[in-house]
Amino acid sequence: MDWNALKLSLLLAAATLGVLLPLGVWLGRLLAWRRFPGKVLVEAALALPLVLPPTVLGFYLLVAMGGDSQLGQWYQALAGRQLVFSFDGLLIASLIFNLPFAIQPMQRAFEAIPIEVREAARCCGMSAWRRLWRIELALAWPGILSAAVLTFAHTLGEFGVVLMVGGSIPGETRTLAISIYDRVQAFDTAGAATMSAALLAISLAAIAISYLALNRVLRHARHD
Amino acid sequence: MHAMTEHEAGLRVSLHQAAPIPLAVELTCGPGEVLALVGPSGSGKSTVLRCIAGLHTPAEGRITCNGETWLDTRARHAKPTAARRIGMVFQNYALFPHLSALDNVREALPDRCASDARERATRLLAKVNLQGLEHRRSHQLSGGQQQRVAVARALAREPRVLLLDEPFSAVDRATREKLYGELAELRRELAMPVILVTHDLEEAVMLADRMTLLSQGSSLQTGPPLTLMREPDSLDVARLVGLRNLLEVQVEAHEADYTRLRWGALALRVKRQADAPTGAVTTACLPAEGVLLLAARAEREADETHLPDGFDNPVSGIVRRYLSLGDRVRMTLEVPDAAGALLSMTLPRHLADRLSPTEGSAIALRLRGAVIHLIPTTRKG
Repeated sequence: MDWNALKLSLLLAAATLGVLLPLGVWLGRLLAWRRFPGKVLVEAALALPLVLPPTVLGFYLLVAMGGDSQLGQWYQALAGRQLVFSFDGLLIASLIFNLPFAIQPMQRAFEAIPIEVREAARCCGMSAWRRLWRIELALAWPGILSAAVLTFAHTLGEFGVVLMVGGSIPGETRTLAISIYDRVQAFDTAGAATMSAALLAISLAAIAISYLALNRVLRHARHD
Repeated sequence: MHAMTEHEAGLRVSLHQAAPIPLAVELTCGPGEVLALVGPSGSGKSTVLRCIAGLHTPAEGRITCNGETWLDTRARHAKPTAARRIGMVFQNYALFPHLSALDNVREALPDRCASDARERATRLLAKVNLQGLEHRRSHQLSGGQQQRVAVARALAREPRVLLLDEPFSAVDRATREKLYGELAELRRELAMPVILVTHDLEEAVMLADRMTLLSQGSSLQTGPPLTLMREPDSLDVARLVGLRNLLEVQVEAHEADYTRLRWGALALRVKRQADAPTGAVTTACLPAEGVLLLAARAEREADETHLPDGFDNPVSGIVRRYLSLGDRVRMTLEVPDAAGALLSMTLPRHLADRLSPTEGSAIALRLRGAVIHLIPTTRKG
């Protein structure tokens, strides 16, 4: 069992969530409630990682973050090392390939809040923060939970983009999914099996927790 | 600050825009007054309410409440909704579905963190007869109960204006009748202006002191509901309040205590309306209840005592259509002496059964001149 890889995977998933959840709440509300020119294009761009082959996405990220790119040079000057094949580079890639998984469920959840309910909150004199906490997040939380679980599980499992952008540097970019691949390549089937089982268990637990939570909400609503 | 010059109690609203929804509305509502905004769907009445609440900003407009400016488009000033002291009851109540009735009300209290907030919310719910249901969520409440929570929540804010958007349209008839009574009871305690949006004229008559009739975003006429319904000042208003009998007449003369009209070959005596110029061709409106059957003499004499003002205008008609509407009957009658003009009248079923008029039969009528109103020619729609 590659504990380093497991730790790295969990760290990457947690960092991705830490950035994408607030971003998703902001962007999800914006897309759900505002109309602006080019909205369809933004939505299409956000959905692109769903259909793009991971290697294609990984290739473009590699180019965008490489030493010849503006971003790569800027990072080099700031951090003194290259962005690709680093944890930071991996995190940027992870944020991008997780965009649809984080934003779409939240957008749907915010869309489901009736406009009159939001207007009623304003008519009650509630401040923007209070409306966000007390009404919007309180009503959209099942969607936010879905987004979190999907993002978390998807980060643990992503292989193609991670390999393209991060390679397989132990402790820096070798995630659990990459480690499993390495084990198989080295004919260490037992090691691969342990780690696969671990990944399966974590993913299953995450999905189960979200389903149980949602189920409780729905049952609560039905039986009350 | 020019606040002193316009420090007038109540609500003053002036709204004008061409698009997306055309608006040309002027209205005022004093403290404790109930003003009904009435109009067909799409007439802009809900938009007016949304402008007052700050949920919609018109191209041009000015809204002041107790001297405080809420909107002044010229000065580019628009107070946000959360800062306007309004209480709003939405058409579908828009309760917060995840909160109990008590918490719905508590969210609207100006100082919801105060130690007595819970107690005050409970008191407000008791005021709308919901004691014992404080902990229910909206889906556990009936339509009528939801409406009461919405009213309690609107009042919780100690509003300067109470806005009611079709508050009775989402409940069944029996509940509605009950809620009318409760609102009529409640309004006696309310000291703020109340704006009631409705498409139902009867509702306006029952609950409002005055009503403003809206059509395509314009306020057509404002006045006590019954006055508007009996004395419309334009053809548009007459049609919107459902007056079916609009007679094309000529003003012949103003006598000492009545005005004489010519309607085809008939001369009609109606209540004196001296502001109508002699010789003018105009429209006279006659409520359906102003068309009566010419009863047998005994009944007529008894009836006459109820009509001391009675300018009876005997007219003969031919029944063209006979429509049964439950306990009432609506008839369309042709009047040969008035160039075949049509009149509409309703009568109670028991009376219709006794007379059993058939389509094509001749019938003797009298038109009550006391309720015939002349639409001013200048405002002809």
